[in-house]
Amino acid sequence: MTGSPARQPAAPEGPPGGTPAVAETLPNSLIGPDGRELAVEMMRRMLRVRLFEEATMTLFHAGELPAMVHLSTGQEAAVVGACLATRTTDYMTGNHRSHGHPIAKGADLRGLMAELLGKATGVCGGKGGSMHLADFGVGSLGESGIVGSAIPVATGAGLAAQVRGSDQVALCFFGDGAANEGVFHESANMAGVWRLPVVFFCENNGYAVSAQMTELTAVPDIAMRAAGYGMPGVVVDGQDVVAVYEATVEAVARARRGEGPSLVEAKTYRFHEHAYGLSVPQPYRDQAMVDEWHRTVDPLALFAARLTAWGLADDDELAALRAQVQKEVDDAVRFAKESPYPEPEAAYTDVYAPGSEA
Amino acid sequence: MNTTDTRRASERPAARERAKQLGFLQAINQAQTEEMARDERVILMGQDLRANVFGAAAGVLERFGPSRVRDLPLSEAASVGVAAGAAMAGLRPIIDLTVASFVFGAMDQFVSQLAKARYMFGGQATLPVVIRAALYYHGGTAGHHADRPYPMFMNVPGLKIIVPSTAPDLKGLLKSAIRDDNPVLCFEDANLWGRKGRGPIPEAEDHLVPLGVAAVRRPGTDVTIVGIGQGAYLGMEAATALAAEGIDVEVIDLRTLVPMDWPTIYESVSRTGHCVVVDPATRTCSAASEIAARIVEDCFGDLRGPIVRVTTDDTHVPFSPALEKQIYPNTQKVVAAVRRALGR
Repeated sequence: MTGSPARQPAAPEGPPGGTPAVAETLPNSLIGPDGRELAVEMMRRMLRVRLFEEATMTLFHAGELPAMVHLSTGQEAAVVGACLATRTTDYMTGNHRSHGHPIAKGADLRGLMAELLGKATGVCGGKGGSMHLADFGVGSLGESGIVGSAIPVATGAGLAAQVRGSDQVALCFFGDGAANEGVFHESANMAGVWRLPVVFFCENNGYAVSAQMTELTAVPDIAMRAAGYGMPGVVVDGQDVVAVYEATVEAVARARRGEGPSLVEAKTYRFHEHAYGLSVPQPYRDQAMVDEWHRTVDPLALFAARLTAWGLADDDELAALRAQVQKEVDDAVRFAKESPYPEPEAAYTDVYAPGSEA
Repeated sequence: MNTTDTRRASERPAARERAKQLGFLQAINQAQTEEMARDERVILMGQDLRANVFGAAAGVLERFGPSRVRDLPLSEAASVGVAAGAAMAGLRPIIDLTVASFVFGAMDQFVSQLAKARYMFGGQATLPVVIRAALYYHGGTAGHHADRPYPMFMNVPGLKIIVPSTAPDLKGLLKSAIRDDNPVLCFEDANLWGRKGRGPIPEAEDHLVPLGVAAVRRPGTDVTIVGIGQGAYLGMEAATALAAEGIDVEVIDLRTLVPMDWPTIYESVSRTGHCVVVDPATRTCSAASEIAARIVEDCFGDLRGPIVRVTTDDTHVPFSPALEKQIYPNTQKVVAAVRRALGR
C-alpha cells in the first residue's frame, strides 16, 4: 500500500528541483549580524548531518559498517533547529535515529564516526555503536536503541537541573512511534506536575518502521497529547529550520523561567528506509512519493534557497561552507578508519564504576 | 512451677531490651536521613512517602523540604528512568518502589537504562541510584504483591543487590549503597520488619557496612548454611535445633548478592564439606541455584555431599492461608535439608 504520512505540511510550491517558494520576510531570529551567524550555523550543522550520513551510506555500501544504521537524512532541520535553541550545557537524549542529535548538539564528528565503526576512539569506546551515541561533553546523555526508553532519562536530567537550581533544560527527542510507549506518558505527566525544564521534541516522520502513524495513533497530532499533561503543545513544519528553532526557543525559554515543560512536534520526512538498506518484503510507501520529497521538502535545499533570497549567503559562500563541512566529514572518516579497535579486555570494563567492580 | 509465669518473667526484660534495639523501618529512616544530611545531592522519592504510609520516612519532608522529598506518581517505569537521568545529571536519588512486585512495570528502565547506561556510553555515565523495594511475602498478599525478584536482577550486569537480614546491617548497607557510584537495588524482607529483624543499635556515629562482605553469624564445623534475607534467620533457627543433635552448623548471612562474597562461602564450604542454601526466591534460577553451581565448579574436590537448596517452590503465591505457608522455606525444611546434605 502507499500513502503519505499523516498531516505532513504540504510541500512548497515550485518547479521540481528548482527554487521552492520562500518566506518573503527575514525572520526576527535571523536579523542582524548575530542572526546571520546563526543562519550560517544552521546551514553548517544541517550540512554536517547530511554529509555525515552520506559518508555513512558510502561506508555501508563498502561493507565497512559493523551493523545497521538509521539515517537522519530528511530530518536535519528538525534536529538542528531544536539543538541550536539549547546551550552546550543543556541536556539532550535521543533515539535509534541517532546520528543527527549529537552532531546538531555540537559533538565532534571524529568520535561519532569512530563509534559507528566500533573503534576505541569512538565516543563510547566502541561499546555503543550507531544507535547509542553519547557525548556528555556537549550534554548528549545518550541515544536509546529501545524506542522511548530515554524519555524518562531526559525527564530525570530536567529534575536534576530543577533540584540543583540551575537554569539548564533537557531536550528530549522522540518519534511518533515512541509517543505510544507508556514511558512517554508517565514522563510527560511527571514533568508536567513538577514543572520540570524539559522540552519534549517529537520528530514525527510519519512512520514507525513500516506502519503509518494514522494506523497506530489515535490522534492526528502528537502535540495534542500535551494538553493531557498540563503543557503547551505546538506543531511546526519540521523541514523549516527557522520555524523549528523559533518554536524550540520559546519552549526552552519557558523551561528556563521555571514554567515547566513543552511539547514541540516537528512534522518531518524520513528520506530513507527505517534502517538504511533494510529490505522490506511488502512495499509500504510509494518510491515515487519519496523521490518527490527529495525534490520538494529537502530541508537543506529549502534553507539554501531562503538564505540566498534573504541575501544572507550567496551560492559561492554556500559552496564554500559545504566544502568545509565535507573536509570535516572526510577527516572524521579517515580518523575512524585509522583508529584501532578496542582491546578485548574493554568488553569487561565500565560495567561498574571504577573501584567497585562486582 | 508455672511455665507461663516463667515465660512472662523472662519476656519483660527482653521486651525492654528490644526497645533499645534498632528496627528495620527505623534503620531505613536513619540511613536515609543521615545520608541526606551528609550530601545535598541525595534526594528521596516514592509513592506515599510524604504521608509515611510505609513507616520509614518520618520527618524527612519536614527536614529536607519538598524539592528533595517527592511523592511519585504511580509511574514505576518513569520513576526508575527519571532516577537514572537525574543521576546522570548529578543527583544521587533514592527511589522507594515500596513493594518489590512493582519492579516489573519498570523492567526496561532497570535493564536498558539503569544497568546499561554506564557501559554502553563507554563509562561516561555514572549512576548512583538506590532503588528500595520490600519483599512482602508470607502475609496473604497473593501473587501480585509477594514476589522475591532479586535473582532476575542478578542476571543483569551493572546492578548491585543487597538483601539485609538485620536492622543494623540494613542501616549500614543502605548508607554504603547511597554512597556507591553504581545503581544498588535494596530488597528488604518484610518478614524482618518486626521482632526478627531487630538488632543492637550501632555504636558508631557513622555506621557503614561494606557491600560485598558476608557475615558469619555462627561459626561451625559440620555444615555450612548460606542464607539470604529471612533465609539467614531460618538458618540460625535450624542451627540451634541441630546443635541439640550434636550437629555443628556454620551460618553465613550473605547480606549482598552482587557483588557476592565468594571467598567467605568457599572458605566455609571447603572446611565443612557440606552446604545448604536458604533462599526465599522461587527455586528455578534462584540465587541459591547460582551459589550451588559456583560451589560445585570451584570447590568440587572439597564437597562431601550434595548441595541442597531450600527455596520457595516453583509456583505462584496463593492467597488462602490454607495454601500459602507451605510454599516458603521454613525452619523444618532447613533442618531436613541439612540432614539430607549430611546423608543422615
